[in-house]
Amino acid sequence: MLVLSRKVDESIMIGDSIEVKVVEIKKDTVKLGIQAAKHIPVHRKEIYEQIVRENKEALELKLENISVLAEILKKKPK
Amino acid sequence: MLINTLKFGEIEIEEEKIIYFSEGILGFPEQKRYVLLEEKKESPLKFLQSVEKPGLCFVVIDPFYFYPEYEFEIYDDVQAELEIEQAEDVAVLAIVTIPEEVYLVSANLLAPIVINLKNRKARQIVLNGDKYRTKHYIIEELHNLGRKREEEEVKEEIVANSR
Repeated sequence: MLVLSRKVDESIMIGDSIEVKVVEIKKDTVKLGIQAAKHIPVHRKEIYEQIVRENKEALELKLENISVLAEILKKKPK
Repeated sequence: MLINTLKFGEIEIEEEKIIYFSEGILGFPEQKRYVLLEEKKESPLKFLQSVEKPGLCFVVIDPFYFYPEYEFEIYDDVQAELEIEQAEDVAVLAIVTIPEEVYLVSANLLAPIVINLKNRKARQIVLNGDKYRTKHYIIEELHNLGRKREEEEVKEEIVANSR
């Protein structure tokens, strides 16, 4: 991991099109501004990891359970 | 074209039906092309099958089926990336997790899949805030819906009878 020190209002360029700027520093919290092309998703890491974890868990499916579930849903009134 | 699938073996699909995720699905950035398959028309469950990797197949559901008040904003960046022109062009799907205890089946409403039906561009977006979670229990929500409906019907009956 590349570690750089920045002061408030200073930025980092990642490639040609991603900019990360230190917007504010208050006590132990750093406010960052991110400028990136629209197709590039930017997430807080722990949220990103939570989604990836859930996506991977969703793949651990057993085909028989899908049929069981379809049967359960059939019985539910809609 | 012929593709290999998790649930249906080898099947023929039309190229125009392919849904394109420019960033893939979170955690699986390399596979960008998927197709939506369904087993039975009446079932709310569908399969988001990777065209490139047979084992990569998500069970998905229309979230409004069990959570009618689900709503979120599609921000400018997603709107621009998917070239969304109007709300009617958008389809929303939630990835379903089916555990061993099938009754605890859940849907991820924190990170829904948004598809522009006009150009078949899609993205898994992550919603802000803490209104929604990665696990919403479908059976429980259906029970709540059923109860709400029963309550409403009882209320309507009372009003009708008091006239």
